[in-house]
Amino acid sequence: MKRDLVIIGGGPAGLAAAIAAYDKGVRDILVVERESRPGGILKQCIHNGFGLTRFKESMTGPEYAQRFIDEAEKRKIEILTDTFVTRLTDKKEVTCMNERGIFTIQARAVILAMGCRERSKGALNIAGTRPAGLFSAGTAQKYVNLYGMLPGKRVVILGSGDIGLIMARRMTLEGAKVLCVCEIRPHSSGLRRNIAQCLDDFGIPLYLQHTIVEIRGKERVEGVVVAAVDKDKRPIAGTEKVFECDTVLFSVGLIPENELTKGAGIPLDGRTKGCTVDGDRETQAEGIFACGNVLHVHDLVDFVSEEAEIAGSAAAEYLFGGERQKRLIPVQAGQNVSYVLPQRLDAASESPQKLYFRVTGAIKNAVVRVEGGDGVREWKKIAVAPGEMEHITLPPAYFREAEGLCVSVLAQEA
Amino acid sequence: MEKKSFVCIECPRGCLLTVEEGEGAPRVSGNFCPRGKAYAEAEVTCPRRVLTATVRGKTQRVPVKTRGEIRRDLLFSVMEKVHAVRVDGPLKIGDVVLADVDGEGTDLVAAANYDGE
Amino acid sequence: MYDVAVIGAGVVGAFCARELKKYDLDVVVAESADDVAAGASRANSGIVHAGFDAPAGSLKAKFNLEGNRLMEEVCRELGVKFYRNGSLVLAGKGQEEQLRALFERGIQNGVTGLRIVGREELAAMEPNVAEGAQSALYAPTGGIVCPYGLTIAAMGNAMDNGAALECGFKAVSAERCKGGWTLHAASGKTLSARIVINCAGYGSEQVAALFGDSSFRIGARKGEYMLLDRSCGGFVRHTMFSLPTAAGKGVLLTPTADGNVLVGPTSVEQAEYDTSVRREGFDDIRAKACLLMKDIPFSQTITSFAGVRAYSDRHDFIVEWSAACEGLFHVAGIESPGLTSAPALGAYAAKQVAEKLGAGKNSTFDPVRRPQHWFRSLTDEEKNEVIARRPEYGKIVCRCEEVTLGEIVDAMRTNPPARTLDGIKLRTRAGMGRCQSGFCQPGVFDILRSEYGLQADEVTKNGGKSFVIAGGEL
Repeated sequence: MKRDLVIIGGGPAGLAAAIAAYDKGVRDILVVERESRPGGILKQCIHNGFGLTRFKESMTGPEYAQRFIDEAEKRKIEILTDTFVTRLTDKKEVTCMNERGIFTIQARAVILAMGCRERSKGALNIAGTRPAGLFSAGTAQKYVNLYGMLPGKRVVILGSGDIGLIMARRMTLEGAKVLCVCEIRPHSSGLRRNIAQCLDDFGIPLYLQHTIVEIRGKERVEGVVVAAVDKDKRPIAGTEKVFECDTVLFSVGLIPENELTKGAGIPLDGRTKGCTVDGDRETQAEGIFACGNVLHVHDLVDFVSEEAEIAGSAAAEYLFGGERQKRLIPVQAGQNVSYVLPQRLDAASESPQKLYFRVTGAIKNAVVRVEGGDGVREWKKIAVAPGEMEHITLPPAYFREAEGLCVSVLAQEA
Repeated sequence: MEKKSFVCIECPRGCLLTVEEGEGAPRVSGNFCPRGKAYAEAEVTCPRRVLTATVRGKTQRVPVKTRGEIRRDLLFSVMEKVHAVRVDGPLKIGDVVLADVDGEGTDLVAAANYDGE
Repeated sequence: MYDVAVIGAGVVGAFCARELKKYDLDVVVAESADDVAAGASRANSGIVHAGFDAPAGSLKAKFNLEGNRLMEEVCRELGVKFYRNGSLVLAGKGQEEQLRALFERGIQNGVTGLRIVGREELAAMEPNVAEGAQSALYAPTGGIVCPYGLTIAAMGNAMDNGAALECGFKAVSAERCKGGWTLHAASGKTLSARIVINCAGYGSEQVAALFGDSSFRIGARKGEYMLLDRSCGGFVRHTMFSLPTAAGKGVLLTPTADGNVLVGPTSVEQAEYDTSVRREGFDDIRAKACLLMKDIPFSQTITSFAGVRAYSDRHDFIVEWSAACEGLFHVAGIESPGLTSAPALGAYAAKQVAEKLGAGKNSTFDPVRRPQHWFRSLTDEEKNEVIARRPEYGKIVCRCEEVTLGEIVDAMRTNPPARTLDGIKLRTRAGMGRCQSGFCQPGVFDILRSEYGLQADEVTKNGGKSFVIAGGEL
């Protein structure tokens, strides 16, 4: 089987990429989706707050997803559901499996949009037992929102990721008692809005620089021991407190799901855990693009859609014009920046290039500085925080002659 | 005179707002811009939130939300009403599931398309 | 009345049952937990030891050698993955003599192929070996096997041949009856058999006491482990040991039969049965493992766990008729190398019992069980044939380990049937991958509900009161 464009994943990234590619003239598009309905993780994100940037209104996850599903349907884009991609090669061969069998598609271009997974509690090496009642926040979300079941009644949450915060409110509204949220770092990794509306509204305490040091309970969770940690994240003896609970949720980070990518031998960035891409979101394998949470973890779906449209449009261009002559220059993360995306920029590009980045720590009155192109450019930001992705836009004139760029963030001098 | 402090969520700056309530209008300080002032006033006089939840469908849960913000102090009593709802026909996003759910004119509406199954 | 009741469905009990079914005997296995392999057989190193370690002339040495010899054929029959990956015992500067002594003991025990390798050859065999390792004892007959996979398969094969399994049967008393014994369970159930075999692991002292036999004491030693993701699969090829000490074989580092890397165990004396892991345990594992290999990818840890190993005050296996009580046979105190020895222990115990009862051979015994992970070993063409007949084999439920709905359904309809989330996990690997069941757990939960007609609050993680949903339905 041959297809022009195969998109792996029918979540927000895959759908937006498909629509963008279609609008650039690609007609032979196949979106491969492992679940029985498109929409990805948004299906279970029934809370609101989606679309504020893109649609200037606050939507729920299913509402946001539906906009894209409707657009895809309007264009009659084929979405193959209940189909799992088992293999990908750097030659753009996509092997799929579903209830009709296993088959391989030779694509002319591929867009990776597989999303991410939650970091599991197993990776944390928490002492104690391993009874029933330990859930990643997303798994609990699925039980509550899609299954209509409450995992437990007394809950402690480890990690202040957004899904954990959202679940604190959701389970509280459904009658559970959320005792606290523990965050090992000195700052929350979730959006400020979520701290205010999911914790503060319900009087749920957020313990910064605290972690769970022990899980208790034989068959079902019976309690946890929480302790303060020092600046090296080591528990401080004598600060232990016991919380009696029947459930622990873990919201300790998201990891791009790149097993297929690794199988294809496409290089990944150690920091984003996604591919290294250029401004087109093209990976180091020609004709294979990536977007959304499989590329780097986003905090707002609005940016996922935007990124997917870049990838979808670029894939269309590639399909019509072949690989463009590019002069790729590296973009580096400088002081106080944990990563910049894209990692490479086409200096020959005639269009402005948007750089997305995350900072390593919270800074108020910050200055974003870009060096390496035509002089030094600076942007002022009221405040930056690791939980909130930032971006700046560079005009072509700035990078045309550059050999490499570096983005750093500094505290503004008074 | 009562004094309350909280972080503004209107923009990333995150101003620490302080509101003093006494006679007359509440006095807001710590805000950088007028949006902060408006947010703080609303938060102390009558904070409002959109409520999202699910209701029972035939074989699945159906996401719902209040069409607009409702009084925060009504969240739990509205949840009680939401729990009692059972939908059995197909619904489109925005269809009213339960009219005037908060007693102040706000409808509970479907937040996803539902095929009735 | 059964001919034989085996108490305990760990790897030893499972092999006893299987071997007993090679004779013309009615067999029942009584297990206190809700699934097989619930104790030490579930959480151990999964090593098929070469046999150089046990004291010459001990039962451990005898059964280890015999079990190692049998393992290949047993695993082929039972469809369990077994690799003779070979083991290496590392020695640093000044430890040459100890290594030599171990070599000599191995020769004495009858281990074949043993030799001492120098630094250069060692580094070629294991490029990531620790700098301090100067030489090693290489045992090519050492191997790896999935311990719970072996237990499930042996029990399943015994059941396919007619053995009965009673899970949730916690024996609380035993009384003489005409021609044998009646066992009473805490649940009120009873079982009667002419002969009872005590394979109760940590509980074997208590089981002996039910029969008025107090000839041995059982102690418990906890061993903690860290399991690394399959992406680290190429990091180590052989099973890497330090020189053994009085406390045992110490922390080892090994590939597992399923392609992960396993590091551990610690050794902690226990007053009672406790499988919790300790923070100090992780530190201990890290410190000791670094003496074996360098740059161990601990950041790829996907889970940690602990197993409790039962040992006897005789410090050797107890494989004998009870002196205190007629009709009771002990297979107790089975510490390391118990997994390796299990096929041989089962064969020996079955032979003793069959002779006592005068039982003949069972001519209909079929030693073969369908391979546990048969589907994933097929080619794409063969898989397509299966999917054409059974479309559920085309539906992936666990994406990390690529486990299909068909495999999960089969795990519930194959002996011994899975009834819990963990039961499905141990049989199919669903939930055992890098996301640790985050994605597939609700799916498996649904499959269990529909297969067994369970309410939402009746599905358990591993039996008992380990309910997954504790807050009810909305």
